[in-house]
Amino acid sequence: MTGGNGFSVSGYGPERASWTRVFARDSLARRLDWPILFAAIALSLIGAALVYSATRNRTELNQGDPYYFLFRHLLNTGIGFALMIGTVWLGHRTLRTAVPVLYGLSLLLVLLVLTPLGATINGAHAWIVIGGGFSLQPSEFVKITIILGMAMLLAARVDAGDKPHPDHRTVVQALGLAVVPILIVLLMPDLGSVMVMVIIVLGVLLASGASNRWIFGLIGAGAVGAIAVWQLKILDDYQIARFAAFANPALDPAGVGYNTNQARIAIGSGGLFGTGLGKGSQTTGQFVPEQQTDFVFTVAGEELGFVGAGLILVLLGVVLWRACRIARETTELYGTIVAAGIIAWFAFQAFENVGMTLGIMPVAGLPLPFVSYGGSSMFAVWVAVGLLQSIRVQRPMSA
Amino acid sequence: MTNIPETGRTPRVQIRLIVIQILVLSLLGTLGGRLWYLQIRNGDEYAKEASGNHVQQVVSPAVRGSILDARGVPIADNETRLVVSASRTDLLKMKDDGDAVLAKLADVLGLKAADVRDKVRLCDAKTPQPCWNGSPYQPIPITDEATPKQALQIRERAEDFPGITAEPQAVRRYAAPGKANTAQVLGYLSPVTDEEITKAENTDSPYLRSDQVGRSGLERQYDKQLRGKAGVTRYEVDNLGRVIGQAESDEAQPGANVVTSIDSRVQRVAEYELNEAMKAARDVFDKNTGEKYKADSGAVVVMENKTGRVVSMASNPSYDPNAWVGGISGKDYTRLTGKESNYPLLNRAIQGQSAPGSVFKVISTAAAIKAGYSFNGPYQCGASYSIGGQVFKNFESKGYGPISLGRALEVSCDTVFYGLSHEQWKKDGGIKPKKNAKDWFYRTAHQFGLGKETGIDLPNEVTGRVPDRKWKSDYWKANKDAWCKYGKKGGSYAQQIAYENCLEGNRMRAGDSVNYSIGQGDTLVTPIQMATIYGAIANGGTLYDPTVGKAIVSADGKNVQEIKPKSHGKLPMTKKTRDEIDGALEGVATRGSAAWRFTGWPQDEIPMHAKTGTAEVYGKQTTSWFTTYTEDYTVVMTISQGGTGSGASAPAVRKIYNALYGVSEDGKIDKKKALLPTPQKSLPKIQKDGSIDAPKNELYPPKAEEKAVEEGQQQVAYEGPAATVANTGSSTNRDARRRSARPRKRRRSLV
Repeated sequence: MTGGNGFSVSGYGPERASWTRVFARDSLARRLDWPILFAAIALSLIGAALVYSATRNRTELNQGDPYYFLFRHLLNTGIGFALMIGTVWLGHRTLRTAVPVLYGLSLLLVLLVLTPLGATINGAHAWIVIGGGFSLQPSEFVKITIILGMAMLLAARVDAGDKPHPDHRTVVQALGLAVVPILIVLLMPDLGSVMVMVIIVLGVLLASGASNRWIFGLIGAGAVGAIAVWQLKILDDYQIARFAAFANPALDPAGVGYNTNQARIAIGSGGLFGTGLGKGSQTTGQFVPEQQTDFVFTVAGEELGFVGAGLILVLLGVVLWRACRIARETTELYGTIVAAGIIAWFAFQAFENVGMTLGIMPVAGLPLPFVSYGGSSMFAVWVAVGLLQSIRVQRPMSA
Repeated sequence: MTNIPETGRTPRVQIRLIVIQILVLSLLGTLGGRLWYLQIRNGDEYAKEASGNHVQQVVSPAVRGSILDARGVPIADNETRLVVSASRTDLLKMKDDGDAVLAKLADVLGLKAADVRDKVRLCDAKTPQPCWNGSPYQPIPITDEATPKQALQIRERAEDFPGITAEPQAVRRYAAPGKANTAQVLGYLSPVTDEEITKAENTDSPYLRSDQVGRSGLERQYDKQLRGKAGVTRYEVDNLGRVIGQAESDEAQPGANVVTSIDSRVQRVAEYELNEAMKAARDVFDKNTGEKYKADSGAVVVMENKTGRVVSMASNPSYDPNAWVGGISGKDYTRLTGKESNYPLLNRAIQGQSAPGSVFKVISTAAAIKAGYSFNGPYQCGASYSIGGQVFKNFESKGYGPISLGRALEVSCDTVFYGLSHEQWKKDGGIKPKKNAKDWFYRTAHQFGLGKETGIDLPNEVTGRVPDRKWKSDYWKANKDAWCKYGKKGGSYAQQIAYENCLEGNRMRAGDSVNYSIGQGDTLVTPIQMATIYGAIANGGTLYDPTVGKAIVSADGKNVQEIKPKSHGKLPMTKKTRDEIDGALEGVATRGSAAWRFTGWPQDEIPMHAKTGTAEVYGKQTTSWFTTYTEDYTVVMTISQGGTGSGASAPAVRKIYNALYGVSEDGKIDKKKALLPTPQKSLPKIQKDGSIDAPKNELYPPKAEEKAVEEGQQQVAYEGPAATVANTGSSTNRDARRRSARPRKRRRSLV
């Protein structure tokens, strides 16, 4: 033990590398981030149970089959899992080359929503009905293509070693790339998704190392934009009402405040251990609207209690924590940006979704990643997990 | 060290990534904290809210118990009627606040649209009756006399009558068996108010929104027992009110029956004879005022001596308590409470107070004995008694010379009592009383229970007044300003009185004590107080709390809770004095001031005791008092502005005794005709199914045969509670219905 001797360390290094190479270092399985994978699977399965509990009695939705939503949620999870494997197999670097195609495709889909093919669900004109009970929410995929597209642009010259940070021109290009789909989604209007995308853009810019001016400028622009939206009455009445009810749910307990109020009662009544799955009166009585999708967390709160709902938060924390590690560990900026975009996406969406059920965020129609029922969202978050895994698997090993 | 990448990583990005990580964790921490706050800290609160959320209560009201007379005849019970109600909440949802619907409804019911609208408005300080005094969330009854045809019209065209229901409901019925209406004793019901609901929320007998609450009389006194307990069924429901969970229910407990000591037959006699006496008095010319007696109100109490139980209690003017059932109409309300009404709602037997006049002399007699005078005297009974220049006349009597106290009672000699009272007044220090003035005459009155409630089981009894020194001084303090302002020396009579009162109204003057000794002046008593006192003299000296309620019997007759007689003291006299006074009062009936009214009375079989009273009231005609007792009963009657005691009241009182004992006018006793020769001891039997084996009341006074035939026919037409439906229910045949709708058992006894 010669202590700080660089030689002994570097001499030891290859030896250790060979040891790990033999046993697992090269194997895909060893390189995967298992905590993320397990947490994502656990969240999806908990989600399945909650979705089942929320829908088993709702004959008007489940067509008489209490397992209808459970089955579909599991199916979605399976498809999402397959998409993740596909993503890892292709690798995020391969996907980098396909970004223009993917971006164009997602733009086309969001544009389709604005055509007569689009459908309005819960006040958000954000859907394309495919038929056979399936519908697509293109804004979910746009989240991915914005991340990939911006990362591609912002990282290109840095990863090439030309510059330490993206220059202004690149930032403008990246912003332009994001703004187009965001504007289209705003037109739907799907305000929740717009909010997520703006946060994604912010996260991506932060991780890209773009100048502080861009960061603060963007935050400032966001604030100005919000005020403008408010003042110019771009928002529909129902969206403003949601805000008012968030501030004071007692304002109109039978109307807009109803959702938040009932959600809070459901969660609050759960106590430490909850009423038990399928035994929540708020859930069984369908007092909380949209309980299998946007308000799924209330089922957890009521029926699984603080322990169960807290577990969901912990699992989300695991996913985000590991994602942060992945972002920090990878050496190429492209991977860092993609991971940061995903972190911003998951973190904000989870905070907004759970926050609205707890009454600390205004109501917006956003699913809880992995847990809420909904195919598009499920596919998108699993692809994102695939991207994270791919970044980790393909991270350049320090020699 | 080797884990730190060497390329593509600037410190800026590295720092920002850490910032992101911290931000993400703090967001999750925020959620966790909030989750803890909702679920653990405030969890109980939300759990309560959640249970309130999903549990719906369906309330089935309890059937109100009946009020029965001593033999089980219902004097207040329930009948099924077709009630048409309007839901205010539903009406207010309509654009015109339901005006169109109400107009259509009025058309079907044959009522005026304006009247119907008035019925559904809410009462407040500015809204006159009719208005709805109950909860605004409770369906408001428009009429309880809908015909089946009307009800069908409303129910078949439900879409034309949103918010309107027509359903058979149990409503209160004051049956007035044998025309004994007993109105003021029974009291009445009206819908519960929001304040009452809030107030009773956490007690052991909370109100329902649909509850009717007793407002006076027995209905109020025994409201809790009569009301029973509503059944509540709890359903777990979903957000649309669909039942999803098991029902858990508390069954309704029907209200208990209140058995009273009232005998509805005697009650009828008392009411009828009181009314007849008042009618007769109105034909008598009053020499003092130069016009006929007004006889504006009166009361009679028949009480059992040995228990204080009230056999009948009548107050005149009276009214039909059925007017309250199903919401009182504006016209009726004015008729009952307006300035012109003469307040028939008042029970004058316990709420009417006036100077007692000579019936007070038993108290003065007892006081004199307490003060040390002998019963036998003799005392000078002069034609008048003078103090200074003031002359006090012997009003009801004449000069009899020296006589005993007994004789003074018999002939109602005022001057004997003037003298004794004056002497005592002087002994106590006169206008400037000694420190420990004995005040025998006043102290004794208090000991007789005057100046406070007798404790009868009826609400709002008044106390009367003993005008002793303390009262005088209190009264003067309260009124001197007004007296001194109005009073004028040498002005009109009233002004002069006020002037004197202003000067020394706080002092007991000689004239006050003289007037007081014969029950005049500021003395006020109620008929029930007098009945209690004379009953006590009759029973040997026990002052009983008068009671109307005799027992509370559960609806199935199983649980009987007797209301035992309770005493509130003994008369302040020895047995000897009692016997002497008793003898004197018998003398009143046999050779004294009431003897002319009891000629031919079978005194040997039924010893009668009496005292007459004629009380002067300033600015009014004299009040007639007549207090009597036999071994078992005390009968006290008073008629305001009715004339003398023996003149106005005595014939009616004798007729009541005639009915009780079966005595005919010539004094023969026919035991078969006696309604109640001895007090009713046993309680009526209530069957398990709630039916009561009650006898039928004969008509009083017996009327021509045609009437009986008519009644018989109506009874045949009666078939169960649905009889009301069979009737073409207009208000005019309400009486007929009431007479016809009696339990079958009584009808069988007719056959």
